[in-house]
Amino acid sequence: MIPLAFAPEGKILRVVGIRGGRGVMQRLADLGLLPGSIIRVVKSTGGGAILLELRGSKIALGRGISMKVFVEVK
Amino acid sequence: MKIRVALAGNPNVGKSVVFNNLTGGHQHIGNWPGKTIDKAEGTLNYKGNEIYIIDLPGTYSLTAYSVEELIARDYIIQEKPDVVVNIVDASNLERNLYLTLQLSELGANIIIALNKMDLAKKENAKIEVKKLEKILGIPIIPMVAPRKEGMKELTDAIIKYAENPVKREIRYDEKIEKYIDEVRRIIEGKIEGLNPRWAAIKILENDEEIKKKIGKDLLSRCEEVRENMKNEVGDPEVALADARYELIKEICKDVLIKEKKVTASDIIDSVLLDKYLGIPIFISILWMIFQFGFMISAPFCDFLGDGFAQVSSALSGITGIRWLDYLLFGDYGVLNGLGMVLSFVPLIILLYFALSLVEDFGYMARAAFLMDRIMRKLGLSGRAIIPMILGLGCNVPAIYATRTIPDEKDRLVAIVTNPLMLCGARLVFFSAIVGAFWGEMGGDVLLSLYLLGVVLTFIVAIILRKTVFKGKASPFILELPPYQMPVPRVCLRKAWERGKLFFTKAGKVILPGILILGILLITSTSFAYTENAEESIAAVIGKALLPLVKPLGWDWRLLVAALFGIVAKEIVLGASALLYGVSEENIAATMASMYTPLQMYSYLVFILIYVPCIVTIGAIKQEAGTKWAVFTVIYEILLAYLVAWLVLGIGHLMGVA
Repeated sequence: MIPLAFAPEGKILRVVGIRGGRGVMQRLADLGLLPGSIIRVVKSTGGGAILLELRGSKIALGRGISMKVFVEVK
Repeated sequence: MKIRVALAGNPNVGKSVVFNNLTGGHQHIGNWPGKTIDKAEGTLNYKGNEIYIIDLPGTYSLTAYSVEELIARDYIIQEKPDVVVNIVDASNLERNLYLTLQLSELGANIIIALNKMDLAKKENAKIEVKKLEKILGIPIIPMVAPRKEGMKELTDAIIKYAENPVKREIRYDEKIEKYIDEVRRIIEGKIEGLNPRWAAIKILENDEEIKKKIGKDLLSRCEEVRENMKNEVGDPEVALADARYELIKEICKDVLIKEKKVTASDIIDSVLLDKYLGIPIFISILWMIFQFGFMISAPFCDFLGDGFAQVSSALSGITGIRWLDYLLFGDYGVLNGLGMVLSFVPLIILLYFALSLVEDFGYMARAAFLMDRIMRKLGLSGRAIIPMILGLGCNVPAIYATRTIPDEKDRLVAIVTNPLMLCGARLVFFSAIVGAFWGEMGGDVLLSLYLLGVVLTFIVAIILRKTVFKGKASPFILELPPYQMPVPRVCLRKAWERGKLFFTKAGKVILPGILILGILLITSTSFAYTENAEESIAAVIGKALLPLVKPLGWDWRLLVAALFGIVAKEIVLGASALLYGVSEENIAATMASMYTPLQMYSYLVFILIYVPCIVTIGAIKQEAGTKWAVFTVIYEILLAYLVAWLVLGIGHLMGVA
């Protein structure tokens, strides 16, 4: 289990857990980023900002959040 | 029949194109009360029906966490539109249906406009529309909005379903539904104006806005249910979101066949978001927008400004009363003021048009992604880079460009710091002066002023973030929409409306401001008309304020010239020439004989920072409200004074004479 910020590009990942305030959790949930969701990191800037593919759309996350989303390689 | 229709949908699904197709020229863009969020309304007469259409803000959900979502759901709850047209992106069905389910929870009378059918096809996605319609129990109209395909069918459906609403409950997994039902039984009949099932869901989601509407006793009973739910399925908010997405997954299994393939968007992104190329490409795109806006608008702006000036001078003397003549046709009179406000309109329209094209293409979100990390450290959001760069041309369209910044705090920081960017008007004065003082070094001095503006923008932004706009920076979560061809007529319409709004709204602040300054210049202390600037009230004010600027070593003329710069920064040049009694060509030399380069540099620094011009103040007032306009004026005066004084002090310490 690693923070999304450190996840390798291109690998299919499963979201294990999300730590965050209610507002953030809800916003991620609304975009379909939930525990159990399958995602793929399209681009990782190295600084923690992440571009991921999720349910057919592309979502960019800042470092603050990508450190709080925990994933495992599927 | 009168029909009221609301358009709802995710951002980037082509809502504004559908809105434009439906309303054509019969539309009005304003703000939602108290918010800087566009409110677009329009009407359409069709088969004897009068259809009113409102374009709700684009949202992914209907929670109470964001202003846009609150506006959208409150409108549907309170105004109860006859039909809600939910625009759904066919190429991104899964995520889009999430909002559809929430609209259905609200009990709205929904029609789905399944847009971007062409894009879905291109991406090898096949949607069985009839089947989807049956499963959801919601009528679906497939369409390609930019080509106006499906518009007639949509309009017919609006009329049909306005008369015969279809409302069907879409139910989730039973282990969730039993809690919804339980809360629903507690509150049913005890809440007014709310759909009980929706209210039950929102209570389980711990929605503060809805909880406010429920009595204490009821609420504590609901909380019990929520607690039970939490013990069984975990966090109810997540569980509900999960239940919706699970249902969508089931539905999509039945109706959507999608082959995985690399899309055109993926390919474009691999270039535009490249580690090394990304930022250079972004800067070049910005440079093109900048050139496009300022180059093409220049002749129109000049034409309007000069045209009014010529008409003014031609009409000058016509009334026979000199003061009236001046008020109507003088340099700071009604007609010239009007010309000045008008001369900004082409620039605003063109820049906004170019920005809309780039935004609708899907690039702005990418730019924000590229710039966010750097800009965040400097106290600004990634999207603030666009208004900053535009500010180098003119702060007025730059202030309007802050609309693309979604977070309120981020937007306010970007607005109040924007006037620190050295605009074209200040450049007029600076470039006229630097040669006489610094000769060949003039360019370097100019560059230092540009840099000072940028550095101050960041310093002020960081300080504001730690003080006035305290609190956590909004987390960066952003969808990067698939690229698509923008529809020029839609962008043009948006830009046109923006120009109109500037003229009517900001004009109300600018015109009186110019007149007041004009009156101060032509009225003597005995309230008679004067043409001798030295006798004017403005000069008296300048002289009275002189002790204040003593530490900066100016005479009263420099102060009064600065005062006039409030109208427009380029006026500082003409005003100082007038006050020193020399021509504009000789003013630099005159000043060079009176002030040391250090003193003049300090003055230029002051002019760079001190007050936004009155047109910018008008734009800030329109976009952020009076409070922030006043705030900007005050902090800039204090900052200008401080920095100008520091320049003198440090200069002396370093032994610069």
